[in-house]
Amino acid sequence: MIEAEHLTRRYGRLTAVDDLSFRAEPGEVVGLLGPNGAGKSTVMRMISGFIAPSAGTARVCGHDVRKSPLAAKRVLGYLPEGAPSYGELTVREFLLFIGRVRGLRGSELHRHIDAAVEHLDLHDVLHSTIDTLSKGFRRRVGLARAILHEPAVLMLDEPTDGLDPNQKREVRALIDAMARKRTILISTHLLEEVHALCNRVLIVARGRLLADATPAELETRSRYHGAVSFSAAGAGVARAMLERMPGVAAVEVDPLDGRVTVLPEPGKKLLDPVQELLRAQGLKVLEIQLERGRLEEVFRTMTARAREGEA
Amino acid sequence: MSAVLAIMRRELRSYFVTPLAYVFLVIFLFMAGVLTFYVGDFYERGLADLQPFFNFHPWLYLVLAPALTMRLWAEERKSGTLELLLTLPISVTQAMLGKFLAAWLFVALALVLSFPMWLTVNYLGNPDNGVILAGYLGSWLMAGSFLAVGCCLSALTRSQVVAFILTAAVCFVLVLAGLPAIQDMLIDWLPSRLVGMVSAFSILFHFRAIARGVLDVQDLVYFVTSIVVWLWAGVIVLQLKRGD
Repeated sequence: MIEAEHLTRRYGRLTAVDDLSFRAEPGEVVGLLGPNGAGKSTVMRMISGFIAPSAGTARVCGHDVRKSPLAAKRVLGYLPEGAPSYGELTVREFLLFIGRVRGLRGSELHRHIDAAVEHLDLHDVLHSTIDTLSKGFRRRVGLARAILHEPAVLMLDEPTDGLDPNQKREVRALIDAMARKRTILISTHLLEEVHALCNRVLIVARGRLLADATPAELETRSRYHGAVSFSAAGAGVARAMLERMPGVAAVEVDPLDGRVTVLPEPGKKLLDPVQELLRAQGLKVLEIQLERGRLEEVFRTMTARAREGEA
Repeated sequence: MSAVLAIMRRELRSYFVTPLAYVFLVIFLFMAGVLTFYVGDFYERGLADLQPFFNFHPWLYLVLAPALTMRLWAEERKSGTLELLLTLPISVTQAMLGKFLAAWLFVALALVLSFPMWLTVNYLGNPDNGVILAGYLGSWLMAGSFLAVGCCLSALTRSQVVAFILTAAVCFVLVLAGLPAIQDMLIDWLPSRLVGMVSAFSILFHFRAIARGVLDVQDLVYFVTSIVVWLWAGVIVLQLKRGD
């Protein structure tokens, strides 16, 4: 479990993280989502004990990072941004080093290393120098290092950043497999990642927490939530009629493929009336869809508002 | 303690995977030999001891010790592994100790490898081996002081070159403060008690007695204290200066 309470970090006059509070429970994958420079890494660095908060605190499995930092670090597996490692060592040497520093020894040490190597499929590169490995493998080595002591809490700073699409999918599958029983906090600026991985999203911009909700809840905040979009031959004719229909907030037409999106007023259902109208007009509908909402749009609106508030 | 040893092992390993270890050992042993025989009048003195050998150690360490310590923290800062290291469940003091011990053990190895010097002097005459042992011990302690300075200053920067230059400069001042020429210069400016204090802080002042084979408690205390103080200062630097 991670509990952040009023976490604040100031650098001179700049407030990088401003009074941030949240909780992440076991079994949850929580995504820390925000534009670059939003303060995501700073939040993680404070929870990991790398930098001290200017105010507030965080607890990892009940251990306060300010009062008992070593106990907090013992139960936490943390992958810093870019997954740094000692490049001159081989994968095995690196894992041995981390295990020893964490106080593992003898058969226990080897059992943990075998498990991590198995989990991340590192057998083939075990005796390769880390510097010679591809980016994807280095990220996996970083993950193996983070889970080596089988931590209850895992914190990954941009775990898929800079990887190609295949490697991204691989790393996501690995995180997904680790999720059971653990508390996982990942930071990202990729919305697809939130969809693919997270039970809950924290949207951060300018160091402030703007939203703490499930992806589905966030989608309901989108103006596209409950919108009906369709493509039909000669849809332009219907546009004026749709705009006059009760419960319709706006009608958008994609200039490229002519796809029409009908946006509802809050709480209004549009699928049936729109279908009826189209049928009555005798338009041939090629395809019609009820939208759940667009995370991207929610994210853009929220972070843009935060920027205006600042200016 | 096991964490300290693990860090020490990794640092030692890093010395040997780069050419640094071999370059250091070769240069140290070669220069020590050249200086002793050609500059130190080893033969002409006609004395069976290693004083000419030890006399040059402060000057050798001045250049070589910063080379051993410059990467210890600066490299961690630069490559981002500092964040990895300091989020492991160890104190900064443990990490500092591990790194320092690695460098110090490495110097011990270099000193041990200078054994042909000891064989030579024993072949040529009947030296007092107790005196020679004291010299080695003193030299090793002095190296510790240089290395502790380097550990501290390497923590200040992400550039190894900057770390090297800072360390060499500080060590230079520490050595210089004990040279008679500098003492004479200071006499004109400072009250004599202050001059005495300056020289009491000088590495050379404390090493000269040791090189002659006199292990005085005062000198031991000086070297051990300066190691502790510099390492402690380095820990403070790391605690204050992390996330940038």
